[in-house]
Amino acid sequence: MSDKTGPVVGQNRPLSAFLGLLTWAIGLLFFFPIFWLVLNGFKDELDANSSPKLFFEPTIDRFTEVTEETTGLLSFREAFFNSMSIVLVSTAIVMLLAIPAAYSLAIRPIKKWRDVLFFFISTKFLPIVGALMPLWIIARDLDLLNTRTVLIVLYTGMNLPLAVWMMRSFFAEVPRELVEAAQMDGCGLYGQIRSVILPIVAPGLAATALLCVIFAWNEFFLAVQLNPVDGSTIPVWVASQESGRGNFLAKLSAASLLATIPVVLAGWVAQKRMIRGLAMGAIK
Amino acid sequence: MTTDMTTDVADDATARAAADRSAEVKRLQRREGWKRRVPLLPALLFTIVVTQVPFLFTLFYSLTDWRLDTPEPRQFIGLENYGSLPDDRFFRDAAWVSVQMTVLAVLLSLVVGTGLAILLDRKFFGQGVVRTLLITPFLLMPVVAGFIWKTQMFSATFGVLNWLLERVGVEPVEFATKYPLWSVIVVLVWQWSPFMMLIVLAGLQGQDTSVLEAAKVDGATSFGVFRQITLPQLRPFMELGVLLGAIYLVQVYDHIEVITGGSPDSKNLPFYIAQRSTGGGNVFGLASSYSIIVVIATIIIANIGLRVLSNLFEGEAP
Repeated sequence: MSDKTGPVVGQNRPLSAFLGLLTWAIGLLFFFPIFWLVLNGFKDELDANSSPKLFFEPTIDRFTEVTEETTGLLSFREAFFNSMSIVLVSTAIVMLLAIPAAYSLAIRPIKKWRDVLFFFISTKFLPIVGALMPLWIIARDLDLLNTRTVLIVLYTGMNLPLAVWMMRSFFAEVPRELVEAAQMDGCGLYGQIRSVILPIVAPGLAATALLCVIFAWNEFFLAVQLNPVDGSTIPVWVASQESGRGNFLAKLSAASLLATIPVVLAGWVAQKRMIRGLAMGAIK
Repeated sequence: MTTDMTTDVADDATARAAADRSAEVKRLQRREGWKRRVPLLPALLFTIVVTQVPFLFTLFYSLTDWRLDTPEPRQFIGLENYGSLPDDRFFRDAAWVSVQMTVLAVLLSLVVGTGLAILLDRKFFGQGVVRTLLITPFLLMPVVAGFIWKTQMFSATFGVLNWLLERVGVEPVEFATKYPLWSVIVVLVWQWSPFMMLIVLAGLQGQDTSVLEAAKVDGATSFGVFRQITLPQLRPFMELGVLLGAIYLVQVYDHIEVITGGSPDSKNLPFYIAQRSTGGGNVFGLASSYSIIVVIATIIIANIGLRVLSNLFEGEAP
């Protein structure tokens, strides 16, 4: 694909070099705010809360402050632990439910697999705010407000349709003959999935799980509406610190870095597969 | 006669056998059908209970005058809540903010993202690194993205943008207070252009290169090739990007909360609804009618989008 400009490249070397440089410049520009966040995380408050400074004496004190501090309504460490457990448990449930569902939609499809697939994806189109009030009331009546449980359930519901959608497209690429051969050998559903399908779709599975982790890790709306205190997650912690406390800029930058690094790294590693899974679910 | 009888008996037997067989086949088919459906059911039931049933409750709430802050029991008031919407200035304002925010953010992201994808779809030194730099904003937690821009870019005292403005002799501006809507949109475009870029890039890389080369050989200009061959092929990808982008961006909440705290000019419907209900407003009945309006609007957008998507599915083997 890249050499589609093939015949022209030779004649247009200066233009081509210019476009390369331009792309680099835009890339750096896009990345600049994040670069700035990193710089601020390593400043002391005095340097951060002043006119923008590029050169300063770096320190990691803000990171230790954030991770060791236990004061306040909820410490960063508690929020981090809450986020971790909510995200991991909900993603595990999503995968447990989505894998057999994808099998039913791709490997030995039910008759109306297309309708079912579209039902799943159409649930993603309904704005969550349309369900907010009943969810709040139900959570209150079941005594689940301010618990991690309510977020685990809701994040599972939020990510499941997407996971089914992506997993189906990965499952659809498993050669049917392999599955049929396993069936002939008397392999049950569980055996087929475990010994034939999973090894083939493992990279796609990982990408799907990562995407679920990213969405759940970053989710703020439900977390702040249903869970403002005890089971608070990282985004709630960041937002609550941000409001009206400008002179903790360096510390908040350090906290923001710790909050985003896991997801950004995961995204970097899986970027190609994730987008393929998202787009190829629809486009082949 | 005897031969007739034997054939009759034989016919009878085969008919019975055939009937038995077809019953058996039907039974097996049914069993097979259920066997195929069973693995699907847990996911399907979970999705229906968690994502669909609450909407029915919202619909019911929206027909009542329910307030959580009064002890009076809720009363069924029919469509009264909906009748009051056209005169509800705050609702209208929030709805207008929603429309502007979604349309502007989606379109700008699409334009910027397509431009980036075209630039990236060429061989140059460090292509992979630049792509990684470009997608990073999309991976960022929205709350953190809002925090960076508000306190470190937009801020009149510590912000990089204002520092730059000062260099060229312009008075510092508190962007988030003075231009709340645009402040939010800028951050949304910063985060969503990379997403559009990735989707358009998938389209560009799936192009049939022989067609492009043939056009080149026939003397087509680069621009002509782009407009007449590449762009039509990219269309479904762009439509997919717009659909997914619109669905997420209608629901923006995090950025508003962090960047402007929901000032009137940047308060969209989801923000307003949360404020009026679980956020302390307590008018669950009225706020539910707002929600239903959002849901209906989204269903209309999604229906158009789904039609586009299902066209893409044509030709794929069942």
